[in-house]
Amino acid sequence: MNLEKKTKRTVRRIDCKRITAAVKKLFIEANTDLGEDVIASLHGALKKEESAIGRHVIEKMIDNAYIASQDKMPICQDTGLAVLFVEIGQDVHVVGGDLRQAIEEGVRQAYCEGYLRKSVCDPLLRNNTGDNTPAIIHFNIVSGNGLKIIAMPKGGGSENMSAAQMLTPAAGAEGIKKFVLEKVSQAGANPCPPVIVGVGIGGSLEQTCILAKKALLRSVGEENKTDERVAQMEKELYADINELGIGPAGLGGRITALAVNIEMMPCHIASLPVAVNIQCHVARHKEATL
Amino acid sequence: MEVIPLTVHEISKNIQAPLTNEVVASLNAGDMVLLSGEVYTVRDVAHRRLYETLEKGGKLPIDLTTATIFYAAPSPTPPGKLIGSIGPTTSYRMDFFTPKLIEAGLKGMIGKGNRSQEVVAAIKKYSAVYFGAIGGIAALTAKCAKKVELVAYEDLGPEAIRKITMENMPLIVVNDSRGNDLYQIARKKWHVIC
Repeated sequence: MNLEKKTKRTVRRIDCKRITAAVKKLFIEANTDLGEDVIASLHGALKKEESAIGRHVIEKMIDNAYIASQDKMPICQDTGLAVLFVEIGQDVHVVGGDLRQAIEEGVRQAYCEGYLRKSVCDPLLRNNTGDNTPAIIHFNIVSGNGLKIIAMPKGGGSENMSAAQMLTPAAGAEGIKKFVLEKVSQAGANPCPPVIVGVGIGGSLEQTCILAKKALLRSVGEENKTDERVAQMEKELYADINELGIGPAGLGGRITALAVNIEMMPCHIASLPVAVNIQCHVARHKEATL
Repeated sequence: MEVIPLTVHEISKNIQAPLTNEVVASLNAGDMVLLSGEVYTVRDVAHRRLYETLEKGGKLPIDLTTATIFYAAPSPTPPGKLIGSIGPTTSYRMDFFTPKLIEAGLKGMIGKGNRSQEVVAAIKKYSAVYFGAIGGIAALTAKCAKKVELVAYEDLGPEAIRKITMENMPLIVVNDSRGNDLYQIARKKWHVIC
């Protein structure tokens, strides 16, 4: 008689204090140290930009990233809404408190003690909540016993230029590209170009927006590796957007986008949900795995 | 008259704030300037308050006549520094309130992004100027601030009105007093597709 070998799954206890500390550190770091991939992309843009003022603007962006990192000052005064993607292994047991509250506390500490701007308010009264909470937390349960936290401070200017729409399926890839191009074109100088354009295709109304935001977490310059059609659309949109002429800071030039990242998933047979989440050149995200 | 700059990246003109009518008239869309002098940080909520005060005929907490406003809210001031990181916020959100402020004497505005037709019309009618500051280089821009004073609406925290004495703040003229628009000029020059 064969006995089934059962894989022993270890349940890991992770204390809320560790989570709070990690979240605090990530938001402070994300705001002072621009990612290497973004800096490399700016250097690449500098080589390609033909407009003199465009090059001047990109040079200032690179200088600023260096100074912010040296002086531990925020890269941009808009230290963002605290967006997080949290992947919890199903064999993790969070102890010592409430997980959501632990994350919010980490955000609170980062923004109150880390000299970051509190930029969250009541939507109608517009009075500041005082501690940059509530955070926007996207939880995902995954296999394993790790807890991965991605901190993504998201500025308001670029977010305001973002949009979602339920296209008619007949619109197809051309319709999707037209929608994305229109949004970037209409945005002009507002989202502080050069931008990174996150696109979500499929899912549902809210899921397509999450896809678009997740697309912004990809390393700049990395194409979609799971679907050739999507990688092709990324290339085409990148070329088209850079023909709009908006340029760095909207002052005219060849580089309006540093990258276009698309995430796609199946959707309802009657729908074609599409979302564009614009990210400015101060593309900030840091992650840690506990 | 449309002014097409030969190249926008030219030697910058040094200008002083508060701006005089002569200086405003001398500026053209595309001019690079280094601004020194006093600017007031005023954005969303503060604009509503100033607007409503003007509507009611009340007394403003700042003198708008010849003033230059910077659409900005800095990050908190770290120890040993005058100000946190600071840079322009997107100007269109202030468009609704702006014509009234220009009518009340506002001369200069610093922000980023294009303005509405109503704002451009007011800029032309009352002779004002709109400057673009580069967004997202806030640690650098902070170095231009030489003196910072909280002057009004302290309850607004980061959005309070602060008077900042700037030294050689690099700006570019986006809308001059004749209504020329650098964003439109630049895009026409550089676009391959519309």
